[in-house]
Amino acid sequence: MVKNSESGGAAVVARELRVDRGGRRVLHDVSFTVPSGTVSGLLGPSGCGKSTLMRSVVGVQIVAGGSLEVLGSPAGSADLRSRVSYVTQAPSVYADLTVLENLRYFAALLGAPRGDVERVVAEVGLESHAALLTGSLSGGQGARVSLAAALLGTPELLVLDEPTVGLDPVLRRDLWALFHQLAERGRTLLVSSHVMDEAQRCQRLLLMRDGRILADDTPSGLLARTGTDDVEAAFLSMVDAQSSVTGNEVSA
Amino acid sequence: MSPRATLATTRRVLGQLRHDPRTIALLLVVPCVLISLLAWVYDGTPVFDRIGAPLLGVFPFVVMFLVTSVATLRERTSGTLERLLTMPIAKLDFLLGYALAFGILAVLQAALASSLSLFVLGLDVAGPAWLLVLVALLDALLGMALGLLVSAFAATEFQAVQFLPAIVLPQFLLCGLLVPRDDLPGFLHGISSVLPLSYAVDAMSTVTSSSTVGAGVVGDLVVVAGCIVLALTLGAATLRRRTP
Repeated sequence: MVKNSESGGAAVVARELRVDRGGRRVLHDVSFTVPSGTVSGLLGPSGCGKSTLMRSVVGVQIVAGGSLEVLGSPAGSADLRSRVSYVTQAPSVYADLTVLENLRYFAALLGAPRGDVERVVAEVGLESHAALLTGSLSGGQGARVSLAAALLGTPELLVLDEPTVGLDPVLRRDLWALFHQLAERGRTLLVSSHVMDEAQRCQRLLLMRDGRILADDTPSGLLARTGTDDVEAAFLSMVDAQSSVTGNEVSA
Repeated sequence: MSPRATLATTRRVLGQLRHDPRTIALLLVVPCVLISLLAWVYDGTPVFDRIGAPLLGVFPFVVMFLVTSVATLRERTSGTLERLLTMPIAKLDFLLGYALAFGILAVLQAALASSLSLFVLGLDVAGPAWLLVLVALLDALLGMALGLLVSAFAATEFQAVQFLPAIVLPQFLLCGLLVPRDDLPGFLHGISSVLPLSYAVDAMSTVTSSSTVGAGVVGDLVVVAGCIVLALTLGAATLRRRTP
């Protein structure tokens, strides 16, 4: 199902990706790969460049330099529009349509099969709200409508920007289980979060801070390398290590 | 480009309107109220017969300009436009989807206001009634295309609404309704000749006075149609798949 022979088992390959926004460098020559068929977590504090990195992968961000290959094509290629799905941090659905009307519209654009709308409504647990106006739902429910739209059709890569913020723990667990089911079926998921404890649920981790990748590893590899017990401690240890390096660069 | 994406977009826009019955009521009722008011104000004078038909073209132009600029701005600010542009839908499908949805509404609006004017208010028009509706439809599409274009230059809904007096009122002042275009000072006549609403009003005036569909009307409508295509093309250029 997933065509990745061109990039050797990687769904996303970034080399020295550089992005400037509003005259400020947001991504500093970052290089990373996202292996196919995994749930990869993109973790870091608010404002560290996670959303910009995701926008770049989806192909809506103007990049200043470097290369970015997604499913074997340059990011933003026309053939990726039905193969990559994207959920922005703020729900991007129509508040003045019902949940079903929203999903029917996106399903029609994707040419998704009949029954797909009902499937994704069930996957995000919104069956009892399907006939309500999206604008009348709570913030978390609106976010689930936006997520449901990204599950329509058969995307090979799902780029999800903070999809589990503000959700009930039971639902959060169910969604992570769904992400892993999708990965087992060969899909690749890149999921961002600023909550470090979500890292344990990912097979791969990209730790970010100030527009740089601190670590590109498995959760257990990261803990072993830093000699820590949890990802938050590992993050702090990486930041300390990096600031001593950059501090040397400045004084040199 | 695909008819499926265009029609899905039309259905979606109409669905949004369906959940907003007050907007539909305003779109359909306000022009009827205004044209009735006009007939009443000029009761017993020939003025209503002179400006009634041109105004039937101006209403849809103004209303669609406003509705489209706000609707498109909402797509831009809510993130739905960015989502759509990551999906398999051509920009033209998006634009035509809107054009079709608002075009349907414009035909309804024009048919309602024209019927009221012709059959109840006694508007005297030499040309055929269908031509009134056709010109009104083109005027509506012109307003839509310009509204879409200016929405790219508005960051907020406050700004979008201010474009109405900025873009629409000068065209209204110079279109020949207040002072016939031939009586305007040379400089203003020149400006009037490059504004699309002037041709829309000229076409309506000709329908009022002439019973045949002459070259004059066709020429005016070709100019209006050209302006629609131009504004839509420029509007499409403002829909960027990649943004800074």
